[in-house]
Amino acid sequence: MSAETTTIERARTGLPLAWLGLAPFAIFATLFLILPTMYIVVGAFQTADGTPTLRNIVNLFQPSILAAYWISIRISFATALLGCLIGFAIAASVTLGGLPKPIRGPIMTFSGVASNFAGVPLSFAFLATLGRVGLVTVLLREWFGVNIYSLGFNLLSFWGLTLVYLFFQIPLMVLIITPALDGLRREWREAADILGASGLQYWRMVALPILTPSLLGTFALLFANSFGAVATAYALTGSSLSIVPIVLFAQIRGDVLQDPHLGYALAFGMIVVTGVANGLYVWLRARTERWTR
Amino acid sequence: MKARLWSWLVLAFGLLYFALPLIGTVEFSLRKRRGEYSFDAYRWVFADPQFRETFSYSVIMALFTIVVGILIVVPTAYWVRLRFPRLRPLIEFVTLLPLVIPPIVIVFGYIRLYNTSSLLPLTGSAMGTNILLMMGYATLSLPYMYRAVDTGLRAIDVRTLTEAAQSLGAGWITILSRVILPNVLVAVLSGAFLTFAIVIGEFVMAALLNRPAFGPYMQLMGANRAYEPAALAVIAFSITWFCMGLIQLATRFSAHSRAKRS
Repeated sequence: MSAETTTIERARTGLPLAWLGLAPFAIFATLFLILPTMYIVVGAFQTADGTPTLRNIVNLFQPSILAAYWISIRISFATALLGCLIGFAIAASVTLGGLPKPIRGPIMTFSGVASNFAGVPLSFAFLATLGRVGLVTVLLREWFGVNIYSLGFNLLSFWGLTLVYLFFQIPLMVLIITPALDGLRREWREAADILGASGLQYWRMVALPILTPSLLGTFALLFANSFGAVATAYALTGSSLSIVPIVLFAQIRGDVLQDPHLGYALAFGMIVVTGVANGLYVWLRARTERWTR
Repeated sequence: MKARLWSWLVLAFGLLYFALPLIGTVEFSLRKRRGEYSFDAYRWVFADPQFRETFSYSVIMALFTIVVGILIVVPTAYWVRLRFPRLRPLIEFVTLLPLVIPPIVIVFGYIRLYNTSSLLPLTGSAMGTNILLMMGYATLSLPYMYRAVDTGLRAIDVRTLTEAAQSLGAGWITILSRVILPNVLVAVLSGAFLTFAIVIGEFVMAALLNRPAFGPYMQLMGANRAYEPAALAVIAFSITWFCMGLIQLATRFSAHSRAKRS
C-alpha cells in the first residue's frame, strides 16, 4: 500500500481531506468575487464611521441619481424589447420560415461572435458608419440628399445608444431563442391544423403561450445584459450620457458624488436591478423546461 | 409562400444591419489619406509604441488568465463531479455570479478591499495590481470556462477513468494532468479562446485599476484620433473572429475524432 492509496481511502470515508480539493476554488471565489461584492453591499448600509444606516439608500432618491437610473432602465428596456422582437423574427425565419438549411450554421456562428462584440471597438464601428462623416451618413447624403443629422438623428443619444446596443442584443436573443423554437413540435402544428386552426390561431393559442416564459426570460436577460454594459457607452459618449454605470465609473475615478458610501449604494442598486432581472430569467427558464423535456 | 417572403425580408434586414457597421468600419479605416484608400491608419497604429506595449501587455495578461483559470476550474469541476455531485448546483451558481454582478461593481470592490491600508494591499504595487487585474479577468471568464469544462467532463466517464488510473498507481496530479486534462482538452481550449477574446478588449477593469491594457488604449485613441480607432476596431474584431474560428475548429475536430472512435 502506497501513501497515495491511503489518502484515497481516507478521502472516500468522507474525512475533511476530500473537502480540501475544493479549497482553491473556494479561496478564489471568496477573495475575488464574494468578498469584494459583500464589501460594496455592506458599505451601502453604513456611514463613514461604520454605524449601520439606511441614509445612503434614501440618498439615492435624489433627482440626478434617479434620472441616471431612469435613463439606464429606459435604454435597457428599449434594447431588450427591440432585441427580443428582431431576434425572434430572425430566429423564426431561420427555423420555421422555410429558408434554405445551409444558411442556419453561419447565422448561428455569427450570432455567437457578435454577442461578444460589446465594448470599445463596437462604438468605433458605429461612429465610422453613422457618425457625422460615417459611411452610411455620407452615402445617404450623396445618393439621396438625406442628411440624417439635420433630421434630428444623433448617435450620441438615447436612440443612438439603443441602436448600438442592439448589435449585441439581437444575436444573444437569436442564440437563446432558436433552441426554444426548435422545441416546438411539428405534431402540435399538425394537431392545430386538423382541428381547423388558422396559422394566426396556432401562433396565438399554441405556440406563443408555450414560448412566453422563454421570451420573458430572455427579455430579462437582455435587460440585465445592457444595464451592466459600460465600455460601449463610455467610448461612444464619454460622460455626456449619464447612465448609471457611467456615473459609477466617474464616482470610482474621482468621487464625483462627494460621498463614498453613496457610491456603494449606487453600485448596490445596480446589483439589485441585474439580480432581479437574472432571477426572473432563471425562474422563467425553469418553467420552460417543463415543455422541452 | 408568404411566410417565406417574410423570412427573406427579415433576413435581408438583419444582414443590412449587421453588415453595414462592419463595412463602414473597414471603409473608414482606409480613409486616412485624402482622396484615396490607403493603409496609413494601420501603419500609424502598428508604428505606435504605445500600441505595441498595451497590446503585448493584454496578450500576456490573457495567457496568464487562461493558465490560472485552467488551474482553478479543471480540478474543481473534476472534483465536484467525482466527489460532491450534490454541490454542483451551488458551484454552478457561484460560477454564474460574474454574469449577474456587473464587472464595474466587482472592480469597485477590489479597489476598496485591496487598497494600500488593507491586509492584502494588492493595489499598492504595479505587480500586485497586475495580479489583481488577472484575478478579475479570471472571474469574468469563470462562467464560460466552467461551463465549457463541465460539459466536457460530462462526455467522459470520470469515475472509471479515475479508478483505472488509480489502480495503475497514479497520483492526483498525474490523474488530472495526464488523464483528465487530455480528455477535456477541446473544452478547455474553447474556454481558453473565449477568455482570450474577452481579456484582449476588456476596458472597465483595466481602466479603473489604471493598468496599461489594450482596452483603455483603444478608448484613448477614440477620444484623440480620427481614423486610427476604426483601424483598431478592425484589428479587435479580427482577433475576436479568429478566436471564435479556433473554437469552431476545435469542436469540429473533436466531433470527428469522437465519431471515429465509436
